[in-house]
Amino acid sequence: MSAPSTTRFCARLVRRQLVLAVRRPIEIGNPLLFFAMVVALFPLGLGPAPGQLATFAPGILWIIALLSNLLTSDGVFRSDFDDGSLEQLLLSPQPLYLSVLAYIAAHWLITGLLLALVSPLFALMLNLPGAAIGSLVASLLLGTAVLSLLGGIGAALTVGLKRGGMLISLLILPLYMPVLIFGSAAVKAAVTGAPVGPYLALLGAMLSLAIALAPMAIAAGLRISIDA
Amino acid sequence: MWSFFHKLGSPPWLYGISGSILRWLLPLTLLALVAGMVWGLLFTAPDFRQGNSYRIIYIHVPAAVVALAGYYVMALAGAVNLIWKMKMADVAMKAAAPIGAALTFIALLTGAIWGKPTWGTWWVWDARITSMLILLFLYLGVVALYEAFDNKEAAGKACAVLSLVGMVNIPIIYKSVDWWYSLHQPASIKFTGESTIDPSMLYPLLLMITAFYALFTCCLLMNMRAELLRRESRTNWVRKLAQGAGRG
Repeated sequence: MSAPSTTRFCARLVRRQLVLAVRRPIEIGNPLLFFAMVVALFPLGLGPAPGQLATFAPGILWIIALLSNLLTSDGVFRSDFDDGSLEQLLLSPQPLYLSVLAYIAAHWLITGLLLALVSPLFALMLNLPGAAIGSLVASLLLGTAVLSLLGGIGAALTVGLKRGGMLISLLILPLYMPVLIFGSAAVKAAVTGAPVGPYLALLGAMLSLAIALAPMAIAAGLRISIDA
Repeated sequence: MWSFFHKLGSPPWLYGISGSILRWLLPLTLLALVAGMVWGLLFTAPDFRQGNSYRIIYIHVPAAVVALAGYYVMALAGAVNLIWKMKMADVAMKAAAPIGAALTFIALLTGAIWGKPTWGTWWVWDARITSMLILLFLYLGVVALYEAFDNKEAAGKACAVLSLVGMVNIPIIYKSVDWWYSLHQPASIKFTGESTIDPSMLYPLLLMITAFYALFTCCLLMNMRAELLRRESRTNWVRKLAQGAGRG
């Protein structure tokens, strides 16, 4: 059997991750449930006054997106590391940069994309003005992709460790902060009627930078974790 | 040229040379620190608006400057370890992290103390302060990741990757004041163009910055020597050193 071309290989990797996820629907549902639960916590903690919630809504929604991404990032490579298929991937002649990108793309499709698509519902629950919903979805689409790439770095570095869970948040939350700043700023700008374009452009720039550089760091991290 | 690189990879040589560097650098550093402190605290005019409270600048600014530079030292040492697999670079990276974290903490603490009389608050979520807090988290992340690995060689490499990733954040930290201008004043010392700080205050400040760089170097070397002894504790040269010290 001849080796498949790189494009086909990566497409198969994405498809495999998606099939694995679809067979365990609760894995897909968990981040969304988490999102809904934490949204419900804020009115309980801050008080249900609609005006007040609307003020905080951009920040609240973005912080929850960040946390749910953080919680799912930990598992991106975990099961494949445990059963040894990650080691096979490292030995395969396919470029690790692209295979890693395939893993991250699958992760984003399952978490970030779905989150961005259901976010209007939660935005309405928090009384976010309707005019800002479009930019919320757009900023989440761009921003969660950056988060998935950054989270992959943390996941790759801690995948071999027994107690990676708490550590990964210490490692990658500082890296998430610029995304949070510009993501929530985009939504806030939309609420006040200011132009959203510059913020989305900055998020897009971060995404380009992350796509170019993060897979290298992830690949290096995986090699280190496998060697250890 | 090449023999120098080979020597750099030799722990006993590095231990020896760092010892002889410290012998003159350490007294010089302490002298500069005391001189800069006395000059800044006693012999400069009080600020026309902030009075004497501004004098904390002689600790605050040097600590912040060197904390940022220390991150580059750590990340570059990590890169050298990753690329050329130099063990001594790994030692330097591990030694730099806690020092950098301490300096960042000092910068944050003195900033808070300075903020109370001048801004009327201990803490504000200003861009530059927040960035320094992120820098502290980055340092602590490296320390925590190193401790989490049992295999110390892998720990060094993993931390090197992490600190290089974090380095992307440093330019953002550095430019943050220009991007999200708020309460914190922009940089007063400029390499190009006129500095907006009076020369009588600038010179002691520059002396203190130099002294803090030297202090960082001293701490780094001392930390590296301790780490070298720990790693090489089973080798002959360390045993000889310990026995020699015991006899002396």
